[in-house]
Amino acid sequence: MKCSKDFAWENKGSDNMYEIIVVGGGHAGCEAAYASAKKGHKTLLITGNLKNIADMPCNPHIGGSAKGIVVREIDALGGIMGKIADKTHLQIKMLNSAKGPAVQSLRAQGDKVAYPEEMLKTLRSLENLTIQEGMVEDLIIEDSKVKGIILEKGEKISSEIVILTTGTYLKADVLVGSTRTRQGPHGEKPSLHLSDKLKEYGFTIKRLKTGTPQRIDRKTIDFSKTRIEPGDNKYLTFSFDLEPQYKIEEQVPCYLTYTTEETHRIIRENLNKSSMYGALDDIEGIGPRYCPSIEDKVVRFSDKERHQLFIEPESRYYDDMYLQGFSTSMPKEIQELMVHSLPGFEQAKILKYGYAIEYDAIYPTQLKASLETKIIENLFTAGQINGTSGYEEAACQGLMAGINAGLKLEGKEPLVLKRNEAYIGVLIDDLITKGIRDPYRLLTSRAEFRLLLRSDNADLRLRDYGYEVGLISKDQKERLEGKRKQIKECFTFLKENKIKVTKDVEKKFLEEKIPLPNSTLSLEQLLKRPEITMEFLENFIEIPYNEEIKEQVSIHLKYEGYIEKAYKEAEKMLKLEQKQIPADIDYNKVKNIASEARQKLIEVRPTTIAQAIRISGVNPSDISILSVYLKKEYGKDE
Amino acid sequence: MNDTICAISTSQGVGAIAIVRVSGESAISIVNQIFKGKDLTKVDSHIIHYGHIIDDNNIPIDEVLVSVMKSPRTFTTEDTVEINTHGGIAPTNKVLELLLEKGCRLAQPGEFTKRAFLNGRIDLLEAEAVMDMIDSKTEIQRKMAMNQITGKTSDLINELREDMIQIISNINVNIDYPEYDDVEEITNEILIPKIEKLKEKINKVLKESENGKIIKEGIQTSIIGRPNVGKSSLLNALLEEDKAIVTDIAGTTRDIVEGKITINGILLNILDTAGIRDTDNKIEAIGVEKSLQMIEDSDLILFMINNNEPITEDILELLEKIKKKKYLILINKIDLKSKINKDLLKVEPNKIISLSIKENQGIEELKEKIVELFHMDEIETKDPTYLSNTRSISILKKCLKRVEEIEKAIQENLPIDMIELDIKSIWEELGTINGTTYEEELLDEMFQRFCLGK
Repeated sequence: MKCSKDFAWENKGSDNMYEIIVVGGGHAGCEAAYASAKKGHKTLLITGNLKNIADMPCNPHIGGSAKGIVVREIDALGGIMGKIADKTHLQIKMLNSAKGPAVQSLRAQGDKVAYPEEMLKTLRSLENLTIQEGMVEDLIIEDSKVKGIILEKGEKISSEIVILTTGTYLKADVLVGSTRTRQGPHGEKPSLHLSDKLKEYGFTIKRLKTGTPQRIDRKTIDFSKTRIEPGDNKYLTFSFDLEPQYKIEEQVPCYLTYTTEETHRIIRENLNKSSMYGALDDIEGIGPRYCPSIEDKVVRFSDKERHQLFIEPESRYYDDMYLQGFSTSMPKEIQELMVHSLPGFEQAKILKYGYAIEYDAIYPTQLKASLETKIIENLFTAGQINGTSGYEEAACQGLMAGINAGLKLEGKEPLVLKRNEAYIGVLIDDLITKGIRDPYRLLTSRAEFRLLLRSDNADLRLRDYGYEVGLISKDQKERLEGKRKQIKECFTFLKENKIKVTKDVEKKFLEEKIPLPNSTLSLEQLLKRPEITMEFLENFIEIPYNEEIKEQVSIHLKYEGYIEKAYKEAEKMLKLEQKQIPADIDYNKVKNIASEARQKLIEVRPTTIAQAIRISGVNPSDISILSVYLKKEYGKDE
Repeated sequence: MNDTICAISTSQGVGAIAIVRVSGESAISIVNQIFKGKDLTKVDSHIIHYGHIIDDNNIPIDEVLVSVMKSPRTFTTEDTVEINTHGGIAPTNKVLELLLEKGCRLAQPGEFTKRAFLNGRIDLLEAEAVMDMIDSKTEIQRKMAMNQITGKTSDLINELREDMIQIISNINVNIDYPEYDDVEEITNEILIPKIEKLKEKINKVLKESENGKIIKEGIQTSIIGRPNVGKSSLLNALLEEDKAIVTDIAGTTRDIVEGKITINGILLNILDTAGIRDTDNKIEAIGVEKSLQMIEDSDLILFMINNNEPITEDILELLEKIKKKKYLILINKIDLKSKINKDLLKVEPNKIISLSIKENQGIEELKEKIVELFHMDEIETKDPTYLSNTRSISILKKCLKRVEEIEKAIQENLPIDMIELDIKSIWEELGTINGTTYEEELLDEMFQRFCLGK
């Protein structure tokens, strides 16, 4: 990789004492270290290999449905993923642009060389951050409080807070065919003992599994047999602060191809050679429901004649093409046959084989909403170690852990985003309340308030928080206030300006086949009609605001009813969020609660009634009994 | 939390009066919307007012006495209204339904007491008792839900939800995996017939909630037959036996209502009809027309035949007309010589009851047959099933309203993901009938039915 340099130490501090240590330099670790250092805390980022800072070991996307909105949220709060992606991506698209505003989401094709390089550059520019290579194998713990880390060779580094962002590296095993090798992605050394130590300290550990497909040499693919998938023909950015950093015409395309009858035949005939279908009999890890291997797809959807595969460039700097949809744990020789059966891949050269990876994760109901662990004070965890999957899911947890670690040092309340405020809030609440069955991926369908959690309004939702915690500058904040003011003015403008039905107006309406209003109406009234757009109105009157402002106003007018309904629902939830459950409650003393509910309540220890309601297995009657108990024991007047 | 709740506070059945209790912030204003009489928002507290409960079309449902009790001097310490209705299942229920329509929520078992407790009205020492009570009531509620979800109605609701989750998960897959071209892209056009089918099914479920309807409105029963077969005597015999009141108030409901009796706690509205026969007499023809319409509106037809007269063509013709309804054939006057050939009727023998009203024979058997025909022995008229029926019916009606909103949204060509929000809210609402709304259901469906992933 281009970014590999020959240094192992970059110590900007002199003594061996930090305020915050971040363990792991993946997407969670980078955001955590950035937030912590940016907030002014002396921070150490420790990583197994500097080459792998912000590595993308699996797919090359940043963003995607729901995830793209998370990247916008990260940017709104003052994190860095969006900006780095904007500066380095190969192409960018707005997904679902034909659908409503609530489900539109950006996705960029990241550059696996440029992205990590840019990330490292950004991190190195931070005053308070030291980056160091090393394998962490244990924690220093005194009186259930973390005091630092212990490296492989016994070296101790002390700190007030430790954030674990170890990704898939806890006891990682790579599975190919019938072989199991204890290693992380790219053949890196995994952490061998840390998860055992965590178990010793009382954590419940869960074994998870994920997989990745082959990388194919671009030069050996016949793209004429595939379909081209270019980037959008419109400038887009994740960041609210950056102008586009690319040229539309220089975007690198993706391609689409399909599996064939032959591919399916090869898979079926060799099924028993796949690690997941019997070649390995000691697999405990639970794989993600949303990422089945190609074996799974062929077996479970046997009536399907073909499966879609996306061929995606990984970088401008090398020739690896990622074969999305072809993730497998077949032995290498079978993978060769499978790949060559694909249209356009007859001569293809496999640069890296697909594999599955098993790793340890912490069962996330052991976390507080701040991402601090419940049993060890000042220990935070973020990213795949919490059972999630995906770069964006990891990055946003890292950011929140970094912010909350800093706030804790500053003696302030943690920043906990609510389900009606951010996808980040949905993700963390799901993790700590519901736990996980398989690696957790954010989906639009997980957000009950998705209409409020749009890509277009992430800054309006979250920038104030970013400013409060010190990651958003005064300048950025002022720009936001300016935007808010303009939105208000634009609403007034639309209310005050009217369109009279003249001959010319009538003609235009007829031309566009839009029903003619029978009287003079304000622009606001007109816009509420589903078929009338701002653009159409500008045939008659100039609306002196930029696209961003017009978009906000138009969304609000067009979907007013739906948005109001969502606000009402959110309000209901917030009322319940205000009903606190004291931390010292003894559920064994609450009479008459169903035993499944009691068990779940003890495990999750919800902090509010609203959270308790979301726990599966806790019924309305249990909630009634619980509220009566709270009233009796704690006499709270709500 | 303190939304406005309502419930029938007296035990269900045919009593002299029943009390519907409403408590919460909007109790007074909601009742005021359905009350014709004084403006309840302006009256003094703790005074009883006379008036009528009216529906949206201003039609009076019942003559009532309403007590308005303002916070805090009430049982729950919230604004409370108690409506004294004229007993009877139908009017009381209608009042409850109107309240639900206007924004009240049906109280959970023990909820009034719970509120009284939480609001500090009941001494803290009583807490334990309250909890036990809530718990035991919850058990009833649970059973009630269980009762509700066995049987046909529940199968239909599950089927409905199954149809819907397929649409929902498909749209969600379209949203979350927009580039998968092997997953059908649901558009508004594709949605139209699906929504129509949904509407049809909800309507069907509403119909299938027959038990609920029977409890609520009673069984419309018509006695038909040729003149002088003994229709009126049957009516009198039934009424006499049950000491029911003969209502002859003209113009109240229908001018042919002749009497009401209860069997197993279920109300039978019995209508006597003009004798039906082919006629050239114009005035009589109108009467016959009316009788035929009545057959159409009835839940149960008692078809009377004279044992002493041969079965004629017109009897058989008429019989064909009622066969699509629930019916019983009553062969009266068995004390006289039989001149009929039962085979001509071509009906199952268990549909036929032989009786002699004059000799007071066979009346009990008739009642038993009615119980059997409507599974009345399975209908619980005590609180649980009854309430749960009202609840499901009100949920179903709410869903039907939403479906209509969806139709409008489709017409306006709103984005599919907006429409999905409405569909999902119906799906969730339906789930509350048997308590199974759970997000994982949707996720499982998405990943089981569609082939996605890296």
